[in-house]
Amino acid sequence: MAEAQIVLKGVGKTFVRGLQRTTALAGVDIEIARGAFVAVVGPSGCGKSTLLRLVSGLVMPSEGSVRVAGEPVVGPRADTGIVFQKATLVDWRDILGNVLLQLEMRGIDGPEARERARTLLTAVGLGGFENRYPHELSGGMQQRAAIARGLVHQPGMLLMDEPFGALDALTREQMRLDLEALWLRERMTVFFITHSIDEAVLLADRVIVMSQRPGTVDHVFDVDLPRPRGLAARNDPRFAALTDAITRIFLSRGVLDEQRLAL
Amino acid sequence: MFEKNGGALSSIATAIALLVVWEGATRLLGIPTYLLPAPSVIASDFARNWPRIADSSWITTLNMVAGFVLSVLVGIPLAMALAYSPQVERSIYPIVVFLQILPKIAIAPLFIVWFGFGTMPKVLLVFLLTFFPIVVNTVVGFKSVDPGVMELARSTGAGALRTFYKIRFPSALPSIFVGLKIAAALASTAAVVAEFVASDSGLGYLIITYNGQLATPMVFATIIVLGVIGLVFYFLIEFVERLVVPWHVSMRADQAGA
Ligand SMILES: Nc1ncnc2c1ncn2[C@@H]1O[C@H](COP(=O)(O)OP(=O)(O)OP(=O)(O)O)[C@@H](O)[C@H]1O
Ligand SMILES: [Mg+2]
Repeated sequence: MAEAQIVLKGVGKTFVRGLQRTTALAGVDIEIARGAFVAVVGPSGCGKSTLLRLVSGLVMPSEGSVRVAGEPVVGPRADTGIVFQKATLVDWRDILGNVLLQLEMRGIDGPEARERARTLLTAVGLGGFENRYPHELSGGMQQRAAIARGLVHQPGMLLMDEPFGALDALTREQMRLDLEALWLRERMTVFFITHSIDEAVLLADRVIVMSQRPGTVDHVFDVDLPRPRGLAARNDPRFAALTDAITRIFLSRGVLDEQRLAL
Repeated sequence: MFEKNGGALSSIATAIALLVVWEGATRLLGIPTYLLPAPSVIASDFARNWPRIADSSWITTLNMVAGFVLSVLVGIPLAMALAYSPQVERSIYPIVVFLQILPKIAIAPLFIVWFGFGTMPKVLLVFLLTFFPIVVNTVVGFKSVDPGVMELARSTGAGALRTFYKIRFPSALPSIFVGLKIAAALASTAAVVAEFVASDSGLGYLIITYNGQLATPMVFATIIVLGVIGLVFYFLIEFVERLVVPWHVSMRADQAGA
């Protein structure tokens, strides 16, 4: 196995607010090889975003250790790109300005940086919208701008928190194909959180299935579908078998219930 | 846009109609001039005493602007200290809040005792009245930066200074302008009250003097000039706001009509 990029050992996270304690994660062990594409699926509120924040160095664990590239994580790392669950564009900059903000905050400037930002915006389907302001864009377009912002500084490690959540089905499919192509080209380490079992299986080498809160690693599946997976992978019997296996885990844990008559 | 122009036109029409009714009523009912002068009388008295009003306007405007600028120069840095240092906030903010509740106009006579006549007490009263809205709204602006945006800023590893001028300051600007506009609207009131109390110069002093002489048309004329000065000042701030934060919700053309 290649050198480990992300290593979590016995990680737990408890949020304390007054007398109220929320244990979001408990006993999480994860090891992700450098250059791997790993997806995380789990029920809402099981601590997926918290997990991403821990890996990014934005929050510190209450228990256990988080190491990235062999070093303990003490804060945000320069070679990390993050696409947050919400687009969080700043409303005083146009779309291009928002992507450039990522670079300016890191002290990177100049014509090449500008060019890369434009190219990325075109790649996510926002060519021609560079000078629009966030409020002039749909939610899906804002999310795509945020994806471009997460990639523009060419990070070696990409952390994505449900990046396609706000997109329509077609754009989502396109973005998935584009992300796979980008990853095959750049081979950065990708930590990809999603609600969609299909998306996890179609994109990742490995799918981590999380339990309900307090979240922990329930199952790990290796996905051996050939790349590039493109659109055809959906018809592969291995795809059906894997998505079925993951769905059955959620059924057995009560996250999914076929018989429920609640609605 | 169309709506807006239509609105301006109809309010001008309303104003003209009001003036006509006012003029007619004072003549037909024979209302004495010292009670309610006709618009035409106000206009002709105003034209005759124009130089005196112009001199006083200049003095009052200077007092307003000086006090306002002083408020901005002291208020915004103080607000930043309050927003960023819990220690400063704990030790100073309760005092700021207490002072804000005091009826500041009541302090005007004291200012005369302390600082004598002349410019000083007037500028200080304008400062005192405009200071709090600027401080309070600036603090709100700096404290209500979107936490998601702050998280993004932290993820870039940028230093405090860069985070300040790329994220915190632009994000606080709309709220700062709310404070500046409230302050601008208060500035003329503060200047006039100070001139009432000191009674030695400015438009406030003119109003007191004319009132004593029962020169009611000139009282009206002076009030109108005061209104115009206040309005120009306010719109100047709003103009700057349009230049500086054109992206903000309150500035968007499509929000106004809908
Ligand atoms: N800053 C915080 N303070 C207190 N509690 C928090 C905080 N952040 C998260 N939590 C709690 O931790 C738990 C996990 O939250 P998290 O956002 O990681 O879930 P998630 O798996 O990303 O959910 P979703 O799929 O809906 O985005 C939740 O119960 C949440 O209320
Ligand atoms: Mg989440």
